[in-house]
Amino acid sequence: MTISTLKSRPTYPGLSPDHNARSNIIVCDKAGAEAVTELFSRADDTFAKRSTVIVAEGTTDQDAETLKTALAPATVGFQPSLETGIARLREFLKDAPMGLRLYAAGSEPLIGSVVQAAADYSIDHLSIRTEHRGSLKRRVQCVHCKGFTENVTTNPVTCSHCGLTLMVRDHYSRRLAAFQGVCIDAEVPGEVPETEALYQ
Amino acid sequence: MALTFKDETFRDDFTFSNSPAAIRRFPFPFVEDKYMYSVNIEPHTTGPEGSVFEFPFDIDEHYVSEMRDRAMVLQEDPARCQALPHMMMAQWDMLELVMMSMARDYPDLFTLTRDGSKWHWVNRPLKIEQTFTFGDASTLPYEPMEYIGRQVQGDFSIQDQRDNQLWMDAGIITSQADWSLDFDVGMNFFEWHGPVPLAHEAGVFERALKFLLNLQISNPVRRLNWTMTINPRLDTSPENYHKWGKDRTTVTPENVGQKVHLRVEMQGLFRLPRSNAILFSIRGYLLSLDQLVTVPKWGRRLHRVLKTLPEELIGYKGLSRYRDTTIEWLSKYDDGAPTSRGGGPD
Repeated sequence: MTISTLKSRPTYPGLSPDHNARSNIIVCDKAGAEAVTELFSRADDTFAKRSTVIVAEGTTDQDAETLKTALAPATVGFQPSLETGIARLREFLKDAPMGLRLYAAGSEPLIGSVVQAAADYSIDHLSIRTEHRGSLKRRVQCVHCKGFTENVTTNPVTCSHCGLTLMVRDHYSRRLAAFQGVCIDAEVPGEVPETEALYQ
Repeated sequence: MALTFKDETFRDDFTFSNSPAAIRRFPFPFVEDKYMYSVNIEPHTTGPEGSVFEFPFDIDEHYVSEMRDRAMVLQEDPARCQALPHMMMAQWDMLELVMMSMARDYPDLFTLTRDGSKWHWVNRPLKIEQTFTFGDASTLPYEPMEYIGRQVQGDFSIQDQRDNQLWMDAGIITSQADWSLDFDVGMNFFEWHGPVPLAHEAGVFERALKFLLNLQISNPVRRLNWTMTINPRLDTSPENYHKWGKDRTTVTPENVGQKVHLRVEMQGLFRLPRSNAILFSIRGYLLSLDQLVTVPKWGRRLHRVLKTLPEELIGYKGLSRYRDTTIEWLSKYDDGAPTSRGGGPD
């Protein structure tokens, strides 16, 4: 479902271990954590030891324990939200040494936020290994008021800032980590097609 | 050519129109009776006297009013002009190229005096006089791209070149045909063209990119592109689409001639010497169909082009709601006579 012919649409080839990296930082959500477990199972024994995993989604204590066990012996840190997870990532990147490899696994807003933050530290987006897992929800920027609407699962969607009904285009900005939303009934106000749950 | 600048508007009461001389020099983009995308790039060399191709940056009777409209757009939405931090050298490159060209080609209107890095710029139509230090942005009221961009017709973007790609890392875009600089800034050549239908599959962008990566200093190139706009509105941005979109439903058989405009972009591409970036100029021309059909060949040909336009392009260019009405109106001007090759009037 994340496949599109539009050239600005990112592709996520899947996680693969870089055995040459001295250390790894992996950002994931709960769904993405499964991809990380699989990544570890494909890598050599010391790969996980060299890895720090940031789980950027609220978890119960029990979930956290299960994940810690599944991801051992990696260092696992838990953050209550994507926002705090990215803030944590930025702290790591600020002091990051040479030989660091960055990974992201989970929803598109998560991957996009990691790529966006990494760009501030001159990490090329193509060097980041990514895998999409879980929800197809999108982050959408309203082209009119410039506000971001998070966790969008339908098309069209109402802008959470200005209230216009937006068509979600596949056109994607890495800099904004968002898809473009354009008023769908600008020509004939009220002429809105049925809402489809395209991005569950 | 002595220019008389018109006092006109591109919004609200829409008083814009072309003089008979401006109609004759309109860059009609269709060289035959049908249209499809192609890499229609040619050298941007000196064209016939008085034509829009005579100089690298064409200044015409709409100059002063267009610059006033640009200032209004930037006032409302400063994000129409953006440059990523590494583009400062390219901004100066652009300022130099545009100022040198305008002063050379329109000496009655613009004067540039250079003494080392001390430059003195005089713009008579806009009543601007500025002394500044080339390379020192603090000596100008705006950053260099915005400073000169407010004084030259056409939208501009600047493409950085790295990794065998072009990256749209700066631009001043206030009269765009429905694309957002704010959204696209920082994208590569394939990404910002992402929404264009059919052309990717035809390999157009791969060939064009390969060509542009090898663009040489002093050998600029150009191509024509086109769309249609209801009312002579310059700011057909996606940002304001919710305001102007309903114009497309106002076309009736009675008002086609006044409302529907052919909008042509003369796009120029210039290699910049210090930054190795590429300056992309998008110089727009508007012509109402009432004025267009005063050239019989153009009336005939536009009728045929619109009739045979591929479905995807009708949607992409936003013509769906008024294309049939327009074709019907144009049919009165198509007697079936053969048309000559090329876009110029007979």
